[in-house]
Amino acid sequence: MSQPAEPGQAYNEFIKGLWRENPVFVQVLGMCPSLAVTNSAINAVAMGMATTFVLVGSSALVALMKSFIPKQVRISTYIVIIATFVTVADYTLQALAPAVHKEMAAFISLIVVNCIILGRAEAFASKNTVKMSIMDAVGMGLGFSFALLCLGSLREILGNGSLFKVQLFGDNFVPWIVMILPPGGFIMLGLILLVFSAVQQRASAKTEEAA
Amino acid sequence: MSEVTSEEPSAFRLIATLAIAGLVAGLALVGIYEVTLPTIKANKAAALREAVLQVVPGATTMQPLEPSGGSLALAPEGAEDVVYGAYDDQGTFKGYAVPAAGSGFQDTIAIIYGFDPTNKHIVGFRVLESHETPGLGDKIYKDPAFGANFDDLAVEPEVVGVKKGQKARPNEIDCITGATISSKSVVKIINASTGHWLGQLPPAGSEPKLQAAPSGAKADGGAEKGKEGSP
Repeated sequence: MSQPAEPGQAYNEFIKGLWRENPVFVQVLGMCPSLAVTNSAINAVAMGMATTFVLVGSSALVALMKSFIPKQVRISTYIVIIATFVTVADYTLQALAPAVHKEMAAFISLIVVNCIILGRAEAFASKNTVKMSIMDAVGMGLGFSFALLCLGSLREILGNGSLFKVQLFGDNFVPWIVMILPPGGFIMLGLILLVFSAVQQRASAKTEEAA
Repeated sequence: MSEVTSEEPSAFRLIATLAIAGLVAGLALVGIYEVTLPTIKANKAAALREAVLQVVPGATTMQPLEPSGGSLALAPEGAEDVVYGAYDDQGTFKGYAVPAAGSGFQDTIAIIYGFDPTNKHIVGFRVLESHETPGLGDKIYKDPAFGANFDDLAVEPEVVGVKKGQKARPNEIDCITGATISSKSVVKIINASTGHWLGQLPPAGSEPKLQAAPSGAKADGGAEKGKEGSP
């Protein structure tokens, strides 16, 4: 799989995670954090950044070490690598943004079991060069963050009448509280998936027409 | 790649790989723990200090206290059963700040309240941690009207939660409509906590003096850093 890099490949690996293979909207991976911590835009951004950090770090390390790791123990080694990066992210967030960390509590540690990360390590980083793996991880991480931000902003606007804690509406706005409760996560994710696949379908229909 | 796919690696190789991974991970974790620990501790201490000074009006400094022989003594770092004595700039005792916790509607609610031992009144209240339902139960810390219940609240014979707008006696609080369980939980937590502490606090007027210098009077380490007051 590690064929010599052709020009544009790095860009492709980077861009695919943002839209074409978006981890949340297309691969529908990492649903636990996507639903659980997207009740406000700030939480969504923090979770997205923490996950991106872990994803990039572990992908780079896995790609670097791939020839040393026997395949029989590769998954457990990946998990050790991932868990280390997660703990680093956990402590860093606790030191830098204690308020955000408090709201997300257990979900930071749960990045360990986010299947996007192990998925990229197994499906991509273990078969590609370090450079490509980093491009892939950054793309996937930003795609994940983008998806979380969509969910988080919409849910916060509807459920709390604010965005990044800034109140958007007057006093007459009655917040749609269900949107920041767990069911709101499912409803919003469903609606976004609907829009997303409609857009993608239309795009592919157009390319077919053109061809 | 070639070595991995060509032949079966020995068991030793497998174990060694995992052991090395574990060792490196362990070292990395110790490193990050050591680096971030002071900041995390300072954050927690600052948050606690802010909460204590908020619930006791007029206080500017504080020290942790624990029960010892019918009175209170300076608590060592890490003590569990503590109250915080709050003092003003002159070192005059202003009241206690008492942390308490109990089960709420969804998860533990942790609160801290200011207590005036002379009148046996609660003088301030703040929720430190809770996971109550957004829009309903979270009013225990978002609704200023609920917080105002605790500006001057008698704790004897006990705190009673009544329906909104029916507060008549000094020991009653107006519950939040739609969040009865969360409101009642707060009442329960306060009653349990005052029941625990009332017998252990020294008589009003004989509270322990401020021992740490105001600058060093953080939530942690009053005992070691306890220099006599140079303001």
